[in-house]
Amino acid sequence: MPESTNVEHIMEKYGGDREALVEILRDVSHAAGYVSPEALATIAQRLGLPQSQVYSVASFYSLISLEPPGKHVIRFCQDAPCHVAGGREIWETLERELGIPFGATTPDGAWTLLTTSCIGACSVGPVMMVDDEIYGNLTPARVREILAQVGGGV
Amino acid sequence: MAYRANILINGDAPGAEAVYGAFLDELQELALCDEVQVLMTSGLGGRGVEAIVYPDSVRYVNLTPEDVARITEEHLLKGRPVLNLTQAAPEVAPLPPPAPKEVRVVLRNVGKINPFDIEDYIAEDGYAALARVLTTMTPEQVLDEMKKSGLRGRGGAGFPTYLKWTFARNRPNHPKYLVCNGDEGDPGAFMNRSVLEGDPHSVIEGMAIAAYVIGAEQGYFYVRAEYPIAIRTLRVALEQAREYGFLGENIFGSGFNFDLEVRMGAGAFVCGEETALMRSVEGQRGMPTTRPPFPAVSGLWKQPTNINNVETYANVPQILLKGGEWFASMGTEKSKGTKTFAIAGKVKHTGLIEVPLGVTIREIVYDIGGGILNDKKFKAVQTGGPMGGCIPEKHLDMPVDYESLASVGSIMGSGGFVIMDEETCMVDIARFFLDFVQDESCGKCVPCRVGTRRMLEILNNICEGRGQPGDIELLEQMGKSIVRGSLCGLGQGAPNPVLSTIEHFRHEYEAHIYEKKCPAKVCRALIEYKVDPDLCIGCTRCARNCPVDAIAGKPKEKHVIDPTICIRCGICKQVCPVAAIDVY
Repeated sequence: MPESTNVEHIMEKYGGDREALVEILRDVSHAAGYVSPEALATIAQRLGLPQSQVYSVASFYSLISLEPPGKHVIRFCQDAPCHVAGGREIWETLERELGIPFGATTPDGAWTLLTTSCIGACSVGPVMMVDDEIYGNLTPARVREILAQVGGGV
Repeated sequence: MAYRANILINGDAPGAEAVYGAFLDELQELALCDEVQVLMTSGLGGRGVEAIVYPDSVRYVNLTPEDVARITEEHLLKGRPVLNLTQAAPEVAPLPPPAPKEVRVVLRNVGKINPFDIEDYIAEDGYAALARVLTTMTPEQVLDEMKKSGLRGRGGAGFPTYLKWTFARNRPNHPKYLVCNGDEGDPGAFMNRSVLEGDPHSVIEGMAIAAYVIGAEQGYFYVRAEYPIAIRTLRVALEQAREYGFLGENIFGSGFNFDLEVRMGAGAFVCGEETALMRSVEGQRGMPTTRPPFPAVSGLWKQPTNINNVETYANVPQILLKGGEWFASMGTEKSKGTKTFAIAGKVKHTGLIEVPLGVTIREIVYDIGGGILNDKKFKAVQTGGPMGGCIPEKHLDMPVDYESLASVGSIMGSGGFVIMDEETCMVDIARFFLDFVQDESCGKCVPCRVGTRRMLEILNNICEGRGQPGDIELLEQMGKSIVRGSLCGLGQGAPNPVLSTIEHFRHEYEAHIYEKKCPAKVCRALIEYKVDPDLCIGCTRCARNCPVDAIAGKPKEKHVIDPTICIRCGICKQVCPVAAIDVY
């Protein structure tokens, strides 16, 4: 199973170190899109920790996901400089265009809409990340363009 | 190998990768790869993708991959800089020459040296301070110099650095640990990222000196996962520092051992709080614990730990090279040295600056920031991140230092500087910041978890037209209780944006509650879009663009907006060719 190999591989990198739990979970979440119940069980077993403790750490951090994400993940910056620069219109455009509220995934599994804390690109706000790409100086029209462009293949 | 030219590209700008790739392709094409080096670094200016060509110091701005061929051919091959790409920002006036008000200590090397080459740093006196400290100074002498410098914690609280080091040094138990707080989560603050990406060795050197003073052999960099370039740069820098013997065993033959490890966060704002950060380094939920005991007594794995911010450490090598008195000659009586600020919001030039403490807000906003965008009126500046306060226009001439900011209800914080103009609603902004801290509250203590939630509900009511008499007083009362009763800095600072806006902009709150009006015309429930019948030409453009069909009117007839259907999206106002639609 490719996913379990992934988990094994990441565990190996950190050498079974309990202190690296946060980093292991983040890496697994990044590689597989989320930490599945099976992956969580494997990590707990390998580190000799109760699953409840691993779950408590996993659920604390926003970059560790416990739900499978959509094909594309949008992370919209919700912080002050982007807000002052007109972030609310962008926020509303995203919700309206995709028909889902923040935190949700579209029924067809194409898009997941999330917020992120500041990504440090404040000088070109409002800003969003689509998958690993940063888009700045957003306007409602530009958002529609980006959605069409990125989602074109879906 | 020496190159005849170096191109530095700000890797943080959207589209930088594409421009970088285009340069590599073009240089390959013209067989210039062995003569010209292209490097990704950290940016400062914020005008799109920028490239600086050294040794000519020509700065190209707002680059796209299409511009690259011209620059490569004209400038790098024929030696003629493409001048019209150097100031290609039509909507923003070109930056004035570096203002004398800026003094760069922490940022001195950022954007100037190659962060991936330790020799560049060494050429700028890098690791000379560490060599001097380890071979000629006792820890007490270092502490003495640090005391003379007057350096205070740049993470926000402003605690004297030498005192913090003294506490950790005086603890008898070993091992001791050293931690660098690079969990820069304050919205709009990116100075730490810039230093880590542009000059990582200055932080490593500062940490090694601190470790020598307190007697630590192991240190940790805690950097947020949202900064992948910083983490990559740091890892390369650590590897090179080890290779050159600046980290590891018996550094400079002094018998002193020290090494560093990078730990990444996973997206939790509260982890910037020092006790929460240490729990996260240990692999646990990042929840704060009560102080005392302070980290100097019981920190990582309950051992004595010294924790400072990136910028604090970055100042250390310069202080020991040039002397504490040199550092103390800058700044005010109680706030010495320089401080970086991240200027964002409604100002012409956004980006990072570094100034001696004690310059006025006016100097930062107008002389360095170039004034308010579109020449609108300055309304307030929010300093210190989400736990800071909003400072109104009447304090424009106030010096920026730890004490002055605290005296008007704000904080230094990590140096965020969000500037707001007359079109910003202060109630909406307060609600916005409270929403942020409410979201990031770890939930451990009741005042922060429940209190911020209740305050947010009241603010939501006010912004949505359901404010009641007594709400302002209730907010003030709750805010004060949360400040007193919360466990960590997040809760203790959470009500600040609300309390400071009530203090300085009480009339705006009153207008929302009693007159059901939003003076800045921001809060949706309290505004109305109307068509001026004298100006309307009946072009139907507004009606065609309205997403909810709230506008009625036939061609050549006056149009009318139905306020019960209108969602106040503002599209009609944007598309109206004769500016007949306005907000009331």
